[in-house]
Amino acid sequence: MEKVHIVINDTPLEVDSQSTIMAAAEQLGIKIPRLCYHPQLSIEGACRICIVEVDGSKNYLPSCATQVREGMVVATNSPEIRQARRDLLELILDNHPRECQTCERDANCELQNLAYSLGVRERLFEGRRKQHPIESSSASVIRNAEKCILCRRCVRVCAEVQAVHNLSQLFRGFDTVVAPAFSAPMAESVCINCGQCINVCPVAAFLEKNSTEAVWQALADPRKHVVVQIAPSIRAAIGEGFDLEPGADMTGPTITALRRLGFDSVFDTNFGADLTVVEEATELVKRLQSGDRLPLLTSCSSGWIKFLEHFYPDLMPLASSCKSPMSMLSTLLKTYYSRIMGIPAQDIFVVGVMPCTAKKYEAERPELFTEAGLPSTDAVLTTRELVWMIKAYGIDIVHLPSGTFDTPLGFSSGAADIFGATGGVLEAALRTAAEKLTGEPLTELNFTSVRSVEGLREASIEIGGQTLQVAVANGLGNARVILDKVRSREKSYHLVEIMACPGGCIGGGGQPYPTGGRYVLDREVNRLRAAALYRIDEAKTIRKSHENPYIQKLYAEFLGEPGAELAHTLLHTHYIQREPRGI
Amino acid sequence: METKTQSLNQAILDFIDLCKTKPHADSYLIAVLHKVQQTYGYLSEEHMYEVAQRLQVPTSVVSGVATFYHFFRLQPRGKYAISVCLGTACFVKGADKILDAFRTELGIELGETSSDGLFSLEVSRCLGVCALAPVVTINDTVYSNVTVKQVPQLIDQVRHAEG
Repeated sequence: MEKVHIVINDTPLEVDSQSTIMAAAEQLGIKIPRLCYHPQLSIEGACRICIVEVDGSKNYLPSCATQVREGMVVATNSPEIRQARRDLLELILDNHPRECQTCERDANCELQNLAYSLGVRERLFEGRRKQHPIESSSASVIRNAEKCILCRRCVRVCAEVQAVHNLSQLFRGFDTVVAPAFSAPMAESVCINCGQCINVCPVAAFLEKNSTEAVWQALADPRKHVVVQIAPSIRAAIGEGFDLEPGADMTGPTITALRRLGFDSVFDTNFGADLTVVEEATELVKRLQSGDRLPLLTSCSSGWIKFLEHFYPDLMPLASSCKSPMSMLSTLLKTYYSRIMGIPAQDIFVVGVMPCTAKKYEAERPELFTEAGLPSTDAVLTTRELVWMIKAYGIDIVHLPSGTFDTPLGFSSGAADIFGATGGVLEAALRTAAEKLTGEPLTELNFTSVRSVEGLREASIEIGGQTLQVAVANGLGNARVILDKVRSREKSYHLVEIMACPGGCIGGGGQPYPTGGRYVLDREVNRLRAAALYRIDEAKTIRKSHENPYIQKLYAEFLGEPGAELAHTLLHTHYIQREPRGI
Repeated sequence: METKTQSLNQAILDFIDLCKTKPHADSYLIAVLHKVQQTYGYLSEEHMYEVAQRLQVPTSVVSGVATFYHFFRLQPRGKYAISVCLGTACFVKGADKILDAFRTELGIELGETSSDGLFSLEVSRCLGVCALAPVVTINDTVYSNVTVKQVPQLIDQVRHAEG
């Protein structure tokens, strides 16, 4: 690439001619203060915080949006720039509620951090405040436009990463507000509840619907038997909520922390994952053998399923009818577990800890309620909410002894652990399907060709003389590439795994806000979280779902055969075409 | 919202189909919205939804464009469309105060329609009769040398005529 020579703060350097001033400054170890910028989203240039002085330019220029050119002389930290930058920030603060102490993002807010680091120590002006009601129609995502600073990160992530295009800026000037089309409530929009808007929001304009109070109440209720299940990716990310490096395996301490919180039993969504694999692999083998339409699309990701219902309803028959691992386990807790424990289902309160905000919506789907009309999952907490509960209680999770899950719904194979990472469900399903297809034990368990944290991967896999075309997509923008090929029949796949969030569940909309100056959606963070899950898998002796002895016992004593009548009633679901239609 | 099929008239559907044969079909969004407003007097949610579906532009983008530009009306016009000229001559003779008087008197903002559907309020730019400034039109009738005091009378006049 062509190089140019520039000077930043009196230091000459040579940079790529395509580079921005912001990127060039990073080569010198200078991170120019910024707000609306995000490395994985398009350049917006909305906040102007990253302005710099360029010799020969009348105006200060936004360094995120200005390309370098030969001979450019830049000052990023002159007294004038420091003053102008602070003035710009103060103008944003003038219209922002002064509610820091009672705000959910207190101490975790990019605007607050910026005000501190730029040296705003007093507020001289009081600007007009935006007045918008809190929009809480959605089961998952709360929108508080009063706090919005119009950086448009949410609009960009919704369009560019998720290809959902639910959010847009409506109206103009001071009345500008980020909302779904026609200012519709989130619950009546094409929102898929993935929560990535929450993740990228620098302030608290988007938050998950808080379920912690419902859980505290249940824990304090002596009539309730309160059980909890944790998703695979919680263990690989929860440490970040306590300032540990990404990728710390926190399975043991998390179990102990949950017991300290007062849960009567602690189970593992992994068990539900093993069950999903057995059911889904059965479905795949059946479709392969009967010549039914392929590919089989995985159905674990609730954000993806709602996307399917709005955007690709014509492809709904291709999706696996398997409930998600969470809902499978919750259903079993209110049936099988209720029976073996002799506790009536209405006295069991099931909490799911999920990396996901869409699971809150899933829990409210009426088709997933029990026969008696009870929700299978009573409350869903995000990883962030669990972190907060542990902190609120005062539990020192980092120094807790390791605990173990309760049986029978807490034992899992390694195949279940990798569900949390993109490609993991597909790999887990292949381990089981391969043995079903060939009738022989599988020697190589690692299907590394489907592992990666890239957004899109296709592979051909040989199983018993048959070549399976598989694809893995994470982030719905990537999923659309595959889905369009399926729709047009341009390419024939046998099995496609789709996860709504970038990186899979480990990059979910409910995971801890990034620490250490990292950005959310950081591929390196997701890689470290995924690596933790693959390490857990490698360390287990049982690594195939169908070899989980408790799964075998469950079928023998309760469910019958995989895919058989009771298994079908309890573990499978259906999908509903939804309005408004997505575009 | 239910999907309404073919609520737009054939001329608009043909125009959308024509736009779709061109490169960057989505860039014709504003042109399509113009035609819809020309035909129906305003942009209803149903029509915008159908434009979005047919042009394959996200509904949020259509909604964003429609709410950004003052020109686009999001409500049907009232039976009596009141238009206050804000051209230079009218403005220097106090047209802004006349507009404020209509706002207060009708309880609606610019671009809105009163809840009884009788009045809507808009502005125009120079009707070319500056000698008569400030000028207000109600549908096709021109009122000249309008004063703030006259505003309630003009409204009452219409209400009276309507019974």
